[in-house]
Amino acid sequence: MCGAPPQDRDLDGVDLTTETVIQGQVTRDGAPVPAAYVRLLDSGGEFTAEVQCSAEGRFRFFAAPGNWTLRVLSAGGRGEHSLVADRGLNEAELQLG
Amino acid sequence: MTSKRADVLVDADWAQEHLEDPKVVFVEVDEDVSAYDGGHIAGAVKLDWKTELQDQVVRDFVPKEDFEALLSAKGIGNDDTVVLYGGNNNWFAAYAYWYFKVYGHDDVRLLDGGRKKWELDGRPLSSDSVSRDATTYTAQEQDTTIRAFRDEALASIDTLNLVDVRSPDEFSGKLLAPAHLPQEQSQRGGHIPSAINVPWSKAANDDGTFKSDDELKTLYADAGLDDGRDTIAYCRIGERSSHTWFVLRELLGHENVKNYDGSWTEYGSLVGVPIAKGA
Repeated sequence: MCGAPPQDRDLDGVDLTTETVIQGQVTRDGAPVPAAYVRLLDSGGEFTAEVQCSAEGRFRFFAAPGNWTLRVLSAGGRGEHSLVADRGLNEAELQLG
Repeated sequence: MTSKRADVLVDADWAQEHLEDPKVVFVEVDEDVSAYDGGHIAGAVKLDWKTELQDQVVRDFVPKEDFEALLSAKGIGNDDTVVLYGGNNNWFAAYAYWYFKVYGHDDVRLLDGGRKKWELDGRPLSSDSVSRDATTYTAQEQDTTIRAFRDEALASIDTLNLVDVRSPDEFSGKLLAPAHLPQEQSQRGGHIPSAINVPWSKAANDDGTFKSDDELKTLYADAGLDDGRDTIAYCRIGERSSHTWFVLRELLGHENVKNYDGSWTEYGSLVGVPIAKGA
């Protein structure tokens, strides 16, 4: 299967000793932005994956250790955030301007 | 090579103007099979790629008779214009497009940008249930001139254009699946030797619409696609490569292009076949 799991599910069953999870929330003025599109770009700026956020603005990727960029696309604006991910859980907050 | 764009791709305005057209059937195909239920284009029927387009025992298409029964029950006629759309930049809609072509449906089109463009435009979605009168649909025998199997993929090394449309990190072997999925997989990482890596995403704009014919021609020319050779496209399970198959054959008019739907989950699990790693 290739469908993204629900973006607001808990991490039960995900092995954080092997997976590099990048997850977080898209907000504007402190409030969650539902159903925005979040894109994961690799260290060369290439598209790696895209998910649509949950109603609470949550998103999650399963990546690998290294440099990543998150880019948000929504009807209400855009945002971008870069991070260095390690094995395990990596939290990222994305605020739309 | 002449563009067939107008025959195979419709934009959102065209779609809205044809919502009431009795000869046009909108069909939503999503990777997230619950998306349709939360809101869909008015009048669109849903196709579940996992339960309705895949045989539930053998890894393969459903047999011709089952496809005929499925389309008959959905109310799709042989002479209908089928407009496919879906989430995730139309990956699964493109897969369904290719699938409908394998079974010989005449007039199939993609909605440019799919659900994403529709939503970003703020166009209306409906949660009304949809029912269409049943038809008696007749499919053709599978057209294997557009479908590649594992032995062809293996034989094509160094002889055909092999286009790996996965992300660079999947191509190199760093990731085993697209990064919206957990990475536990049984197969080896890497790519088929001699394949060029042209990620499907390079053919699309951020809003999910296809790039222009000129941009697409430049993209594949720069990547080293040899116009004098036949082409096989693959990804992980054949849905992203359907997107590229659509670009090469349906938009750019390349004649001999096959989609290898066994893709990396099959090839990367074969015993003894050559694998290349790295960029």
